[in-house]
Amino acid sequence: MLTLLFDGVAYGMLLFVLAVGLAVTLGLMNFINLAHGAFAMGGGYVLVLLMQRLGWPYLVCLPAAFVVMALAGAVLERSVYRPMYSKPHLDQVLFSIGLTFMAVAAVDYFMGSSQQNVHLPEWLRQRWEFGSGAWLLGVGAYRLFIIVVCVLLTLALQAALTRTRFGSRLRAAVDDPRVAAGLGIPVNRVFLLTFAAGSGLAGLGGALGAEVLGLDPGFPLKFMVYFLIVVAVGGTSSITGPLCASLLLGIADVMGKYYVPKLGAFIVYTLMIALLLWRPQGLFAREGGK
Amino acid sequence: MSAPPALDAQSLLARDARWRPAEIVAWLAVFAATAALPQYSLLINDIAILALFALSLDLVLGYAGVVSLGHAAFFGLGSYAAALFAKHVNPDPLLGLAVAAALCAAFGALCSLTIVRGSDLTRLMVTLGVGLILFELANKFDDITGGADGLQGVVMGPLFGALAFDLMGRTAVFYSVATLALLFFVVRRVVHSPFGWSLKAVRDNRLRSGAIGLSVAARLAAVYTLAAAIAGVAGALLAQTTGFASLDVLDFHRSADVLLALVLGGAGWLYGGLIGALAFKLMHDLLSAITPQYWTFWIGLILVVLMLVGRDRLFKPWTWFGPKGEARQ
Repeated sequence: MLTLLFDGVAYGMLLFVLAVGLAVTLGLMNFINLAHGAFAMGGGYVLVLLMQRLGWPYLVCLPAAFVVMALAGAVLERSVYRPMYSKPHLDQVLFSIGLTFMAVAAVDYFMGSSQQNVHLPEWLRQRWEFGSGAWLLGVGAYRLFIIVVCVLLTLALQAALTRTRFGSRLRAAVDDPRVAAGLGIPVNRVFLLTFAAGSGLAGLGGALGAEVLGLDPGFPLKFMVYFLIVVAVGGTSSITGPLCASLLLGIADVMGKYYVPKLGAFIVYTLMIALLLWRPQGLFAREGGK
Repeated sequence: MSAPPALDAQSLLARDARWRPAEIVAWLAVFAATAALPQYSLLINDIAILALFALSLDLVLGYAGVVSLGHAAFFGLGSYAAALFAKHVNPDPLLGLAVAAALCAAFGALCSLTIVRGSDLTRLMVTLGVGLILFELANKFDDITGGADGLQGVVMGPLFGALAFDLMGRTAVFYSVATLALLFFVVRRVVHSPFGWSLKAVRDNRLRSGAIGLSVAARLAAVYTLAAAIAGVAGALLAQTTGFASLDVLDFHRSADVLLALVLGGAGWLYGGLIGALAFKLMHDLLSAITPQYWTFWIGLILVVLMLVGRDRLFKPWTWFGPKGEARQ
């Protein structure tokens, strides 16, 4: 029971790191980016390549995944994403589906369609157990590591958003890009940086979660829905909303798969539709927001 | 627009609804091609089914302005309904078509409750979610649907009790093309009616169309129900003409493919679905002949380029290099 809860929290934190970039993209530019999962997949493959082909240590590969995907995000934002901001939602959806298809087929071509194994270092494969009976808590070192990294990232993100000058510019731009631009905030550059950071975080999440989530070329399509659920349910106005939504989703998914394996995904989707019908703007939307 | 005098709504509607010679020629050509190309029967059958599916999506997207990522839900439901009905109840194809249409209409009416509220993102998520739920259900209840192996052993009775479905697909292709033509005429009539106009008003501005007294929710519900029924018929046609239904009919790929087909041909224009389906299937055939495993890459590339160039500028190459047409907003 507690073990499941613990695994659910780890899964939820991972989803949060994966999806937070998407939340900012949607909130800031009102851009529906279905290709976000492709960045996460990219991060996972960067990790696999660096570890297995070049033999880099695990802890070096994680930041490397972040950097590579952030650069890729920045390049793509500047070259192909930016002209799409002013287009209707339908165009954005089709555009990003197209990107996703390309990423899936390209990875399939270069890496093969089988699932990739990640060889975790020895110190991540330990497992401790506390308590007994119904209150047994099994703590895997790997999941604990995920939670610690994600909590640190969340705290850093929160601090960056509320304490720094860049954070206040970003929040101003999310609230009203036109007025923010009028006040001399370089909205385009703020957005470029944010997009890069979001893609990097997705890459980091993909690398971190490669073992839990499973890494194969179908990854972007498989998890697209989960990212969108996090954003749609959590709202785009703060990072607390997506955080709560991803924890909820992670716990519900793990519990659902354990107790009713036949209907696990079914429950998650039904829950999402019910929530969206009840609060179309998301659970934690601000009153009077956009 | 050259004849300004008659501006009352009735004559405007009548003018739009009139059949143009080119349209009649086009439909005659469709039937002529079906008759003249027996070796391509299976391909033409596929195209007709995709065209009908795209026509249904056009009602939702092009006329009512609802972005749907889960239209395969209705296609798959109709497909399974027709296959199961033929297997367990009655092998008559027309009866099966009617049952699938009725079931999908009922399900569409239920789902329409979910698309009247919220933003584009919410609707996108909800339609996607409905599609995924049906996929999961079909996957889990594999004793009914056959799960990943598909539902096999569907044997169709002869059409009108006389025309048997043959291996070459001659009966099947005429059956599909005739159904497509019939439903096209129905949809054409609908969009050139006052109801069709009110849909366009809802698409262009919900707030204002509500303010002039249109019941936005009721119109959306009506068109969504109709579109669901048509998508169900398309799915049923696929199941009946191939004698097979598998999880593939509910797959996300199918929703994305039909969206691409419709966008290729142009949404909000009934023939867009037909032309798009033709273009998409031919492209698919060509690409998968060159790279069987990686054709989705080229489909993706086409989508990306198409969106960057702009949907409405694709067929106007002279605007590609001029000043960007962003002024039209």
